Amino acid sequence: MQQPNRLKPFFENIHFEREDNTMMVNFGPQHPSAHGQLRLILELQGEEVVKSRPMIGYLHRGMEKMAENMMYNEFLPTTDRMDYIAATSNNYGYALAIEKLLGVEAPRRAEIIRTMLLELNRIVSHLFWLATHALDVGAMSMFLYCFREREYAMDLIEDYCGARLTHSAVRIGGVPLDLPSNWIEDCASFLEILEKELHTYEGLLTENRIWKMRLENVGVITPSMAKSWGCSGIVLRGSGIKWDLRKEMPYGIYSELDFDVPISDTCDSYGRYKICIAEIRESGKILKQLVPMYEESDTQLMAHAPNYISAPKEQIMTQNYSLMQHFVLVTQGMRPPVGEVYVATESPKGELGYFVVSDGSPYTYRMKLRTPSFQHTALLEELLVGCQLADVVTIIGNLNIVFGEIDR
Amino acid sequence: MRKYTPKDSVQKQAYFTDRFFVSPPVPRFNPNSDEIFAKDFEEINYSINVQEAFIEHTHLVIIIDKSFLISCIKLLKEKLEYDMLMELSAIDYLATRDGYEIFYEFLSLSKHKRIRIKCFLQKDESLESVTSLFKSANWSEREMYDMLGVKVVNHPNLKRLIMPDDWYDHPLKKTYPLQGDEAASWYEVDKIFGKEARSIIGPEQRDPAAIDRYDTTRFARLGHEVPFDTDISEFEPETNISYQEENTSKIMKKLKPEESVVLKRRR
Repeated sequence: MQQPNRLKPFFENIHFEREDNTMMVNFGPQHPSAHGQLRLILELQGEEVVKSRPMIGYLHRGMEKMAENMMYNEFLPTTDRMDYIAATSNNYGYALAIEKLLGVEAPRRAEIIRTMLLELNRIVSHLFWLATHALDVGAMSMFLYCFREREYAMDLIEDYCGARLTHSAVRIGGVPLDLPSNWIEDCASFLEILEKELHTYEGLLTENRIWKMRLENVGVITPSMAKSWGCSGIVLRGSGIKWDLRKEMPYGIYSELDFDVPISDTCDSYGRYKICIAEIRESGKILKQLVPMYEESDTQLMAHAPNYISAPKEQIMTQNYSLMQHFVLVTQGMRPPVGEVYVATESPKGELGYFVVSDGSPYTYRMKLRTPSFQHTALLEELLVGCQLADVVTIIGNLNIVFGEIDR
Repeated sequence: MRKYTPKDSVQKQAYFTDRFFVSPPVPRFNPNSDEIFAKDFEEINYSINVQEAFIEHTHLVIIIDKSFLISCIKLLKEKLEYDMLMELSAIDYLATRDGYEIFYEFLSLSKHKRIRIKCFLQKDESLESVTSLFKSANWSEREMYDMLGVKVVNHPNLKRLIMPDDWYDHPLKKTYPLQGDEAASWYEVDKIFGKEARSIIGPEQRDPAAIDRYDTTRFARLGHEVPFDTDISEFEPETNISYQEENTSKIMKKLKPEESVVLKRRR
C-alpha cells in the first residue's frame, strides 16, 4: 500500500508488479534524454514497447494565464521562455500576431533584421537539435562540433542585442536597434565557417553505419498520421508533405526570398536528419540574400503608430507630446481593437501559432499558444508503440521537442 | 449606466479607462468576398444552420450551434479538404454569458486557407469529442478540460494533462487567481509532509516577487547583516562589519598589462 503523505515517490495508480508478462518502465521526468521534463510510462513486452503514456506538466508556468495578467508589451519577454532554443521565433510570432491585431506593419528594415535573426535562430536551433540528438544516439563528438558553431551564431546574436539565449530582440512594431557595424561581415564569415563544417557533420554522420542503423526505419510517421496528429515543421516534411509556412502562406518578406523546402519520402528519423542539414543550408542562403536587401532599405526601425507604439527615443526625449504618449503606453499599455487573431509562423520546430482574443483593454482576454512540440509529444502515444526500448531515446530526440513550449 | 464588470474576476484590470474611450472593432468582411471561402461557406451553409460567418484577418470564422459541431467538422474534413486541426480550446465567458466559447482552428494544405469554427457551450453542458476525426484533439481536449473545466464526452482518456490529477479547480478560469488559490498554497505541503505539518511549514508562497522582511535565511540584508537564521521579528541586533582591504586585490596586482594579452574578439 502506498502512503502518499510521506516523502516517498508516489506513483499515481500505476501497478509496477503485474500479473501478465509485461513490465512497466518509468522514463523520466529527470532522464537526460527526455529533453526536459518528459515522463513516459512504458509498458514493455520483452524489449518491445506495447503501450506508452507521455506525461507532461513538470515545466508548467502558466504562460496563458500570465498573458491575461500582463500588458501586451510586458508579455513579450515571457515568450522567450517558450522555445528557449530559438527565442526569436517566439518573439516574432507574438509581435506579428499583435501587429496584425493592431493593423500595424513593421518597416522594411526592421522586417529584414527580424528575418536575419529568425534564420540565424533557425540555424542555432537545428545545430542544437543535431548536437543533442547525436549525443542521445551515442555520437559524443558531434555534440562538441555543433556546439562550437552554435557558439559563433550566438556571438552574432549577442553582438546585435546583448543576449544569447533569451533575446527579446523583436518588439511589437519593429526592432529596437539597427545592426552594429561589422555585423554583416561577421555574419558572412560565420556562414563560410558553417558551410565548411556542415561537410564535416555530413562526413561524420550521413554514411556512418551506426548512425544509419540507429535512424533508418525508426520512428516512421506516415503522412496520414502526421496530418491527423497535427504535426508541422520537419516532422511533417519528413513524411513527404511539402508544407513550409514561409513558402506556402508567406509572412513578412519571405515571399521575396528564394529558398527551397527540403522534404523526405522515407518518413523515418534518417529522413528528418537529412532535412535538418538541408534546412541549415537554406537558412544560410536566405541570410546571404538578405544582405543586399538590408543595404538598400530605409533606416526606419519602428512602425509609426502613435496610439499603440512609442515614438523613437530621440523624439521622446525632445518632444513633449511623444513623451506623454510614451508614458501612457508604458504605464497603462496599448489598447488594441476588439477582435480575435490567429497568426501562425514557421518556427524551427514547426507551426507556432498565437491565438489572441482582445476585448479592447490593455490585457488580453485570452491567449492560446499553439506550439509545435505539444502535438509532437502527443504523437509519442502512438509512435512509440511497437518500437524497441533502445529506439525510444532516438525517437524522442528526433522529434525535436522542447519542454518550454510544451508545458508553457 | 455604469459599465458591467464581473465581480469575481480576479484577473488584472486596467486601473484607468477614459470615459469616452471606445476600442474600434477588428474589420470583418463578408465570406463571399473571398473566392475559396465563398464556396466553402456555401457548402457549409447548405447542410448546417450557420449563426454567423465573416472573414476576420484572412480567417473564415463560422459560428454554429453546438449540436451541429460534429457534422460540420466531418464535412470540413471529408468534403472541403480541411485536413488538419491545428488548435482547439475554449474562452471563458462564465461571468458575462454563463458559458464557454469553443474554437477549432483548421488548416487546409491543398487550399492554403484557415477556417475557425466556433460554438457556445453553456456551463453545465458537455462537448462532444472530435478525437475520432482528428487525433490532435486528444491532448488539446485534455488540456482544455484541465485548464478551463470544459467537460468532453466520448474522449478516450479524459484526464488532466498539465496539472496533477488531484488538483483543485481549473487554472485558466477568470475566477482563478494568478498566484493560485487557497488549495494550491497547501497542495505540496499536504502531499509531501501531510496535513499535520501545515502549522509548522505554513502556506506555500507562490508569488515569485515576494520578499519577507524578517527572513534572514534566504535574503541578504546589505548593510544590516545579521548571523544566519536570526529571529529579527522583535529585535534587530546591530552587527559591526569591517572589511579587510589588504589581502583582497592581490590576484589583480599579479597581472601586469605589458605581460598579458588582451583579446579583442573571440577566436
